[in-house]
Amino acid sequence: MSTTLFDKVWDSHVVRKIDDGPDVFFIDRHFIHEVTSPVAFLGLKERGITVLYPERTFATADHNTPTINQHLPVADPLSANQLKALEDSAAEYGISHWGLGHQKNGIVHVVGPENGITLPGATIVCGDSHTSTHGAFGAIAFGIGTSEVEMVLATQCIMQPKPKKMRINVNGTLSKGVGPKDVALYIISKLTTSGGTGYFAEYAGNVFEDMSMEGRMTVCNLSIEMGARGGMIAPDQKTFDFLEGRLYAPKGEAWTKAVEYWKTLKTDADAIFDKELNIKAEDIEPMITYGTNPGMGIGISKNIPKANQVEGGEETYKKSLAYMGFEENDVMIGKPIDFVFLGSCTNGRIEDFRAFTEIVKGRKKADNVTAWLVPGSHVVEAQIKEEGLLDTLTAAGFVLRQPGCSACLAMNDDKVPAGKYAVSTSNRNFEGRQGPGSRTLLASPIMAAAAAITGKLTDPRELF
Amino acid sequence: MAYDKFNILTSSAVPLPIENVDTDQIIPARFLKATERVGFGDNLFRDWRYHPDGSKKADFVLNNPTYSGKILVGGKNFGSGSSREHAAWAVYDYGFRAVVSSFFADIFKGNCLNIGVLPVQVSPEFSNKIFAAIEADPKTAVEINLPEQTIKILQTGETETFNLSGYKKENMINGFDDIDYLQNIKEEIVEFADKLPY
Repeated sequence: MSTTLFDKVWDSHVVRKIDDGPDVFFIDRHFIHEVTSPVAFLGLKERGITVLYPERTFATADHNTPTINQHLPVADPLSANQLKALEDSAAEYGISHWGLGHQKNGIVHVVGPENGITLPGATIVCGDSHTSTHGAFGAIAFGIGTSEVEMVLATQCIMQPKPKKMRINVNGTLSKGVGPKDVALYIISKLTTSGGTGYFAEYAGNVFEDMSMEGRMTVCNLSIEMGARGGMIAPDQKTFDFLEGRLYAPKGEAWTKAVEYWKTLKTDADAIFDKELNIKAEDIEPMITYGTNPGMGIGISKNIPKANQVEGGEETYKKSLAYMGFEENDVMIGKPIDFVFLGSCTNGRIEDFRAFTEIVKGRKKADNVTAWLVPGSHVVEAQIKEEGLLDTLTAAGFVLRQPGCSACLAMNDDKVPAGKYAVSTSNRNFEGRQGPGSRTLLASPIMAAAAAITGKLTDPRELF
Repeated sequence: MAYDKFNILTSSAVPLPIENVDTDQIIPARFLKATERVGFGDNLFRDWRYHPDGSKKADFVLNNPTYSGKILVGGKNFGSGSSREHAAWAVYDYGFRAVVSSFFADIFKGNCLNIGVLPVQVSPEFSNKIFAAIEADPKTAVEINLPEQTIKILQTGETETFNLSGYKKENMINGFDDIDYLQNIKEEIVEFADKLPY
């Protein structure tokens, strides 16, 4: 029978099928961070049970960490307590822990691939919805709740009904200035934030084949924003080249054997999906969001849609625009902005910093803009310095911060003040996401760079 | 963590007819710093419920004494966004035992089931009927019968059935959770793991 890439990986990890119930689903790799794991460890204690496979779980501190002065003690006692709880639990159960200040520390979805923990054909979970990022390698990766974190620690399994399958094909040639983030925001704007709910997506077509691994990670990362549990891309030579030689990637004979297996991980020609979406690359322009969910995105040259042009309730739509301080039919270009955030598990990788730097090179940051440039990991940070990007950024008036989730969810001090506008390369523009009352406009690194230079929303294509 | 058993719940309901309510609204990230599962109900819908100075926003439904009950009725696509189970904990800790919506986001729905809050997915038409019934009479009682898998507006008698797997239904009725199940098949899991490539 013809099967999809998703079927192949899913079916090979089903320990047991329950009649009229979920599958008992085995997890190869489990990431944990300080925010969604403490209660899971407490649960183990209450039950008097231990971690079944400590070597399959990897801990990193990222959500709640400062992005300056990381060598100093964390000032917020609650954050410090959470970081300590993770460190203590990792030590107690023998789990690898890359805490604050560790050279391998960084955002969980950046350090996983960086260290070859993420592998094709693997099943990967984490108490974080952007775990879908790892699907870029042909893994089944998705976010889970804390009860499930406890299940994985205790038994390396979770109970999951198999999702339906969706394929999103993007073919053609992307226009100049259109990158992976724009492709993803365009897809979400078509599907809405619930169009993918109940599905697991496969991204296919020449646009994804031609995309770098970093770009594929950006696209898969945003799968959850259309409601899909995750998204994946068939592994190819680019995937293998990225992984070869990384810390946890197989070595020697095991590598050769692994690649042989990975080459079989693709959807059969006549396999059938429950839903299929076809998109022409030429239709996509640089994207910007104007509302309070990631599905509320448009091309930068477009006007904000009128309430009667969008799906869903008019009241919810108007509430959203009122929060943003926007009106129906507003032009986006030229809107003044206050903050720019480059970073997060969506766009905190080296390629994102290269793209941003390319635009700001030889220019100056606008005086009215506060810019936070936060690398996804220490490895990315080092690379920014090695490649000379930091010198260019410094000359343009930017400062590089230290790795972490930062202003993406504003659990640390990197908060956008109430009423202020932030052009953000992160993944969510929900009310208050970047700080109470903050107004977020999601965009690509080059759109963020263009806004940082001009102090207002600007079509980045004008700055090439 | 074992949780309360769920059988038949009859209660008035709190209406929140907003679409795409994300888990950042249910519990903002800055309240996720606890290392224990206590007190999340105080910050349920924090920024919709309170002004920055801590005073209550009078027009938000949880601050309106007209509405109360153990059932929260939300708009379409309830619980989207972040996987934070804290959102389900906050709903539970506040006192809700069931959430009704015409469409739930996957992770939130799963999280609710894992902690003993019943997500009841109804048709858009039935969702509208509940909202209308509450608007007409805020004390309207809604009955959720888990064994029968029905939801009923008691005053009008209008009823709809809802879906839930047999496995999850048994768990909810008996207060069992998935770890209880998984712990019992550990040997089978270890045997399975030994055969995997990595």
